[in-house]
Amino acid sequence: MSRAEAKRSYPDLGQSERFRYVLRLADTSLILGQRLGEWVGHAPALEEDLGVANISLDLIGQARMLLSYAGEIEAAGRDEDRLAYLRDQNDFLNLALVEQPNGDFGCTIVRQVLIDAWQLELHTWLEASTDQRLREIAAKAVKETRYHLRYSSGWLIRLGDGTDESHARVQASLNDLWKFTNELFSADEIDVLAENAGVAPRLSELHSRWSVRIDEILSQATLTRPVDVSYGWFGKRGEHTEHLGHILSEMQFLQRAYPDVTW
Amino acid sequence: MVMVVDRIHLLGEETRAQRVWRILSAVEDPEIPVLSIVDLGIVRHVRWLADDEPEIGLTPTYSGCPATEVIRESVRHALNRSGYPKARLIEVLSPPWSSAWISEAGRAKLKEYGIAPPNCTVATTGIPVCPLCGAEDGENGDVELISEFGSTPCKALYRCRTCLEPFDYFKPI
Repeated sequence: MSRAEAKRSYPDLGQSERFRYVLRLADTSLILGQRLGEWVGHAPALEEDLGVANISLDLIGQARMLLSYAGEIEAAGRDEDRLAYLRDQNDFLNLALVEQPNGDFGCTIVRQVLIDAWQLELHTWLEASTDQRLREIAAKAVKETRYHLRYSSGWLIRLGDGTDESHARVQASLNDLWKFTNELFSADEIDVLAENAGVAPRLSELHSRWSVRIDEILSQATLTRPVDVSYGWFGKRGEHTEHLGHILSEMQFLQRAYPDVTW
Repeated sequence: MVMVVDRIHLLGEETRAQRVWRILSAVEDPEIPVLSIVDLGIVRHVRWLADDEPEIGLTPTYSGCPATEVIRESVRHALNRSGYPKARLIEVLSPPWSSAWISEAGRAKLKEYGIAPPNCTVATTGIPVCPLCGAEDGENGDVELISEFGSTPCKALYRCRTCLEPFDYFKPI
């Protein structure tokens, strides 16, 4: 950030909008972390079991920091656990992409590349956010995210540029999941307010940088970039696909069945 | 307990802080017991809120490192046992932990334990040197990556083709 920009004054972001913006980031990491956790004990090889489990851990760790911060902004007495375990489906604000089922390992990798590249650009930008706490969390997360993308893109290149079977499978997953990328870059009123306040990046700029990165990976993977679609889901507004409820029923079961139980 | 606290009262400020650092130096990382949390560089500060109330700033290595909670408990226990039941632990996020903060002593202990320390690599390839036999990755590819992620978030798994042993590499971040 240049000195002129650093001195620029920004309009404030309201408490409720800041809460929702932070919650979007938190829920996206949490739900993706939960999804990846489903692979534990089931991945194609021990190394991949370790890989997805470790990425899952990083994401859940990031989600905890973000949820705690969201709880502090809201100032209504909800901590990270209450926010994670006691909200209903329509109050979750994660991107719809991350709640999509794992499918085969290739499908999980396609989803991971799309979101890792997004998170890498996002976290890089957030290191200069006007929101100090987001800056701190992003500075930590960006190092982890870089490693995640190295892992996921490495696999996508091997699978795409692999056998006819692996190529066909990841191309089909890419075609299937692409419609969910629309949401990553479609700004709604909260995104615009957060951008104006210097808290969040302009999504169209994020899109350009993401596209360059994705095109390079797809080209190495000999995969074809699907055509953009202008419709899509808005998980970040609480409009989810049928899959989120199933994740929550598993993730929240214990706290729902035995409220406030602790180890 | 009371006697311990009284004796500390007689010591100067610096000695009191040194004592706390010494107590913390005996707290092991639960995943890599050969390293103390001070070697690992995750103790960020020791401050005094009152005479018998040190504040310890701890930073996590990885956001989701499961050892974080265990480490907090171990620190609390060690300080409690040493006469600081009122010690406060706070989480420090910024600046983010870097593997460059592992002390020289810590790096030596890692190597001895069979874990390649971060950035203990051949400059041209970025591949770690085998901590067990010292083999470097050469034209024959003596050292190879098995898995980008190892037994803990902070390590990757390699295999040495010279001594035929697998080994962990502490990832540089």
